Amino acid sequence: MQELVNIFVKAIFVDNMIFAYFLGMCSYLAVSKTVKTGIGLGAAVIFVLGITVPINYLLENFVLKEGALEWINPDWGVNGANTIDLSFLSFIMFIAVIASIVQLVEMIVEKFAPALYGALGIFLPLIAVNCSILGGALFMQERQYATIGEATAFGLGSGVGWFLAIVAIAAIREKIRYSHVPKPLKGLGITFIITGLMGIAFMSFMGIEL
Amino acid sequence: MSEVAEKEVKAPKEPLFSKKNKKLLTDPLNDDNPITVQVLGICSALAITVQLQQAIIMAVSVIVVLIGGNLTISLMRNTIPSRIRIIVQLVVVASLVILVDQILKAYVYDISKALSVFVGLIITNCIIMGRFEAFAMGNKPWPSILDAIGNGAGYGAILVIVAIVREIFGSGAISFPGMGQIKFLPEAVYEAGYMNNNLMILPPMALVTVGIIIWVQRSKNPELIED
Repeated sequence: MQELVNIFVKAIFVDNMIFAYFLGMCSYLAVSKTVKTGIGLGAAVIFVLGITVPINYLLENFVLKEGALEWINPDWGVNGANTIDLSFLSFIMFIAVIASIVQLVEMIVEKFAPALYGALGIFLPLIAVNCSILGGALFMQERQYATIGEATAFGLGSGVGWFLAIVAIAAIREKIRYSHVPKPLKGLGITFIITGLMGIAFMSFMGIEL
Repeated sequence: MSEVAEKEVKAPKEPLFSKKNKKLLTDPLNDDNPITVQVLGICSALAITVQLQQAIIMAVSVIVVLIGGNLTISLMRNTIPSRIRIIVQLVVVASLVILVDQILKAYVYDISKALSVFVGLIITNCIIMGRFEAFAMGNKPWPSILDAIGNGAGYGAILVIVAIVREIFGSGAISFPGMGQIKFLPEAVYEAGYMNNNLMILPPMALVTVGIIIWVQRSKNPELIED
């Protein structure tokens, strides 16, 4: 249990998707004009990361990894199933899973939770091409988590980290509208620089051993 | 969009590098730059600009994927049902990225390791999807190729500038693919008390560098200023 909490907290603060890896910057910059939309997109990202990372984890461990197909039939392939390595297919499999899950989630939410759909609806299609979702799956593959629980904790933690980042920048952008920013720096430029400064602040979490 | 496409089909043959086509190539380099004006493809632009060689390899990979993808989508544009076009586009990009990834792993393994997940993230690079949606779905193959080259080059230009700034100030060196890092500051400078600015190597400084590039670009070109 402690291990799971560690992964969760580490994913939020130390390996923050925005401040440490810049994943999902496009939607982060485009949708952070007001706190309300920021919260909507952030919640959708937590939701989708929390679902897709474990599913991709199962796919990675039971289909794609070297020798992963052994559980079906050990005699498959020329030299036995433990030599089959499908990991070159992981990009296309992960993105297909993400795109279809997003579509499914959209339909399920629309049917069973219309209020939630009203809040998240317009953001869900955006998420299929949000780098942080595919990034979550690829980091999960690179770091080789031991159990599906750890993968889920990582997915949820990354989502929460992304949520925090977009809500924080949206709040700052709402306030900064009343400040005297040099004209050419207004809007995009100052947002970049603020994000950089926030990234430096978040680096104070670096090296924390949990 | 479809009306424009039809008109272009009926138009008489235009030279390969007509004025309009040249504009497709040169606009994204400055006035319509994918990173600083359209705000697309930021994720990868920031994470891999610690060294110039990584930035060059990344820029070339994106240009290759963008040209291949724009050409494919443009050829298929009349047969793709609009409801499932996102999935079709994702599959096209994903297959091209797998090709690029395998080639990088085979020929420049070190750099491919350093780029880690960011090669895979070309799939969700917004520039690529953005160009498919905004251009390749409604235009003929040749303009689409030019548009891909222009936008890829605009993306690459920012990448290279940021990487040069960060590498010179951060490590006092410059690196090219295949040549490794070249330190050009003589030892005497360091002995006199100069130190590399390690802050420049850290990820947040990439954001600040891009912010400053945007500042410079917009003060030279006031039309781009946001209200």
